[in-house]
Amino acid sequence: MARYLISRTLQILLTLFAFICIVYFIVNAQPGDISNVYAMNPELPPDARERLQSQFGLNEPLWKQFLVYVRNVFTGSFGVSFSFYPRTVADVIAERLPRTVALFFTATVFSFYLGFLLGKIIAWKRGGWTEYATTIGGVTLYTVFTPWFALMMIWLFAFKAGWFPIGKFLDPVLWRDAPIEANTLFGRMMLTALALSIIVFVVFVITTRLRIGGARLIQLGSIVVSIGIMLGAWRLTGHGHLAWDIVKHMVLPVFTLTLISFAGTMLLTRNSMLETMREDFVLAARAKGLPEKAVRDKHVARNALLPVVTSLVFSLAFAVDGGVIIESVFSWPGMGQTLVSAAVAEDLPLAVGAFVFVGIFVLLAHLAVDVIYVFLDPRIRY
Amino acid sequence: MAVDVAPQSAAPSIRKVRLTLFMRSLRENWSLFLGTRIGVIGLVIIIFYLVLALAHPILMNTVWEERVYDPVVGYAFDETRQPAPPSRNHLLGTDPLGRDVLSQLMHSARTEFLLGLLAAVVTVTIGTTVGAVAAYYGGIIDTILMRFADLMVMMPGISILIVLSALIGVEHFELALIIGILSGFGGASILLKSQALSVVVKPYIDAARAAGGGPLHIIFIHIVPNLLPLSFLYMMFTVTGAIFSEAILSFLGLLDVRMSWGLMIHTTEAAGYLLQVGAYWWLIFPASLSITLLCTSFYLVGRAMDEIVNPRLRRL
Repeated sequence: MARYLISRTLQILLTLFAFICIVYFIVNAQPGDISNVYAMNPELPPDARERLQSQFGLNEPLWKQFLVYVRNVFTGSFGVSFSFYPRTVADVIAERLPRTVALFFTATVFSFYLGFLLGKIIAWKRGGWTEYATTIGGVTLYTVFTPWFALMMIWLFAFKAGWFPIGKFLDPVLWRDAPIEANTLFGRMMLTALALSIIVFVVFVITTRLRIGGARLIQLGSIVVSIGIMLGAWRLTGHGHLAWDIVKHMVLPVFTLTLISFAGTMLLTRNSMLETMREDFVLAARAKGLPEKAVRDKHVARNALLPVVTSLVFSLAFAVDGGVIIESVFSWPGMGQTLVSAAVAEDLPLAVGAFVFVGIFVLLAHLAVDVIYVFLDPRIRY
Repeated sequence: MAVDVAPQSAAPSIRKVRLTLFMRSLRENWSLFLGTRIGVIGLVIIIFYLVLALAHPILMNTVWEERVYDPVVGYAFDETRQPAPPSRNHLLGTDPLGRDVLSQLMHSARTEFLLGLLAAVVTVTIGTTVGAVAAYYGGIIDTILMRFADLMVMMPGISILIVLSALIGVEHFELALIIGILSGFGGASILLKSQALSVVVKPYIDAARAAGGGPLHIIFIHIVPNLLPLSFLYMMFTVTGAIFSEAILSFLGLLDVRMSWGLMIHTTEAAGYLLQVGAYWWLIFPASLSITLLCTSFYLVGRAMDEIVNPRLRRL
């Protein structure tokens, strides 16, 4: 396992290098540089433009710039953003990445759960009208023209019903005299969510392992109690209403994302279930008279889980890519929106930096899938 | 003497047998396809849009006056204010610039089909060739091609397309090529290689090699035909992806195209009618629903073909 991990890490570094090469040259293939933005500015004389170019090393040939860039990346520096000038690319990304991750992680977990649940059911009722209706509905949502669907959701739930705010990350009026910075608060919220999920996970693992009666009750109770404690703690800090504001802004994007992505998991679960249902152990389980529900949930679904988990990890890795559209429509200041605005504003360092982060994310996800496989499927050995 | 006669008369009959076999498998697959139902629904929607796309040039040459109904430069002189609601002359109303929405819709349908088809053909051509070559040769060629495929799969597609089209001018043709190359060298070649691996170990490949068949002959005559069902299936998903990407890019106003469904919504957005869903529905729904329906239908057909091509999904 250790040897495998080392060779994988080397491969990942190589792939990352190739990825950076491709992305760097694609993004830099366009003519001109950031000083072109000031070409029409009468207050900026030509020598000032030249100074600007030499200051950022833009007058050097591209391959030289590239070598400098690669050296910087592997020493952990991503350069300076042009559109947020004094801030570094790493700083901008460190602010934006958690927002994207929070949004997509929540949505992916929901859609994974919903998709797995529905996939189990439609695989079991193959050929019935339930299956056709669910499949067609799910596929329609899956391939729906995302900006339009997101706008319909905004129009329906935010504009007409007024239940949720229309886009954005927070309400500026509420935050004007806020005693705390939004990023700090958001960081704490993420920590809370992490703690909550760890507690729930531990309780689930313990109750399943011990095989005690009333496990469901204990699980439910522990979830309710820990959520209650967390909410109480937030109330005591006095920033509760601010945190609630962010949560309120998150609800609609998360709901929309869940609806448009659950079908992927659902169809994958269905196919995986159908393949598993042909196995002999399913026949054996039925032959010994187990109830259908037990066969479905305990024998088939668990064995069908492997490809679904893979897709879960990969879909998390590609959150930034999918985020481009949803974040633009909901004006959610995350990585996707940063990428688009950087590309439009010719802020090339930020665009390349965002891509490189996506690449690192995807590669880590590949590694994570390989490691998770060993735990999920005891037949796999490295 | 009889031994000499047999091969001569066998030549036409082999072709005949092949044709019969082909027709029989086609009939069998067709009835399987009809049995999936979701595929039939998809096919009906695709045919509907195909009819729309084909009807546009006919209508432009007969009933519709070009001055009024041209999808890009036409102007509805018979309406007093634009955008005009649906009327007898303009079944889906006019857009903020006074152009007929139905004409735009039908004109764009043709572009979407061409775009999707081109992207899918490029994808599958590259994917099948790469997959077959990698599986046949193995070794270092396989490693290089597959690592390259991994790299392509890693690319965040929509983001790359957005950046490319924001930085350099991209039209439909270039877009189809870019999508085709990205998915052809990426997902398609990985999938088709895994299928090709199960083909190269078949005895008839050894037989072809023993009979003196060269690598190119074996790859294109013996391996590739066996990959065609799967690549045809992959085409459907590529079409969905291509139409979707095009719609997103032209919705964001990043493509240099004159008319497309995404651009129709972009026009609506630019004119500020986007959130007036109830009052100006004909500016938003026809184009968005068309994108959704066409993407969905190709996806459904792909799913239905998956049920046929993938033996593990066959009914017991």
